[in-house]
Amino acid sequence: MSVLVDLLKAFVVGGIICAIGQVLIDYTKLTPARILTSYVVAGVILGGLGWYQKLIDFAGAGASVPLLGFGSLLAKGVKKAVAEDGVLGILTGGFTASAAGVAAAVFFSLLIASIFKPKEKG
Amino acid sequence: MKMTPEEYDRLSKKASPNSPSGKNITMAFLIGGLICALGQALSLLFQNNGMDKDTAAAAVSVSLVFLSVLLTGLNVYDNIAKVAGAGTLVPITGFANSMAAPALEFKSEGYVLGLGAKMFIIAGPVIVYGISASVIYGLIIYLFKLY
Repeated sequence: MSVLVDLLKAFVVGGIICAIGQVLIDYTKLTPARILTSYVVAGVILGGLGWYQKLIDFAGAGASVPLLGFGSLLAKGVKKAVAEDGVLGILTGGFTASAAGVAAAVFFSLLIASIFKPKEKG
Repeated sequence: MKMTPEEYDRLSKKASPNSPSGKNITMAFLIGGLICALGQALSLLFQNNGMDKDTAAAAVSVSLVFLSVLLTGLNVYDNIAKVAGAGTLVPITGFANSMAAPALEFKSEGYVLGLGAKMFIIAGPVIVYGISASVIYGLIIYLFKLY
């Protein structure tokens, strides 16, 4: 039962975060690139304030999979790095925390783009 | 009957039963929610196999990124995105797609300035502003000893 509740919470919270993005696309002039950027920066701020972790505790992947979660991960990484390494952590924390996701996206994109053919245009 | 563009605009707005936005928002909610639920299912699976929460979260990101890039290569992700809008954009799969799609499309312009450079056409700004925000946050917590 608790598995189903977890899945439902992730579905609803993740869905709402995506629906807000759609509202921004439909009712403002924000382009998709700006929305991605805004979500990550907003995630850093919400994560930095300590609010976003509460949403992650509640909704799990529903909060961590959207790019707000990526932003909050950057803030979390910086906080951990500053606590452990001092001043240098200001610079190392963000990339350290996001390394797995970014490296995966870079390498898989290279791999897939090399193997597959782009779709025909027109 | 002659109408000014403004009048026509008003009339057509009244005549169309629902703005398409209602449907867009519903689809974004459903498909975005499904991607997150899939992430949650993977997270539970990984945790059942002995990963702690943070490691499982990173493994979920990597899995979803792989799935998204693969579906981009197969030209499936972009077809889902046409219906899902922000539902496929806002999750981390959208970030991965924003790298894989231009990498594939601009491969014809070469592996360095085509595939390699265009991969970051959207991911670049995301990283620039995300990392910079995190550095500013780091400065603040360091200076005010908030860590």
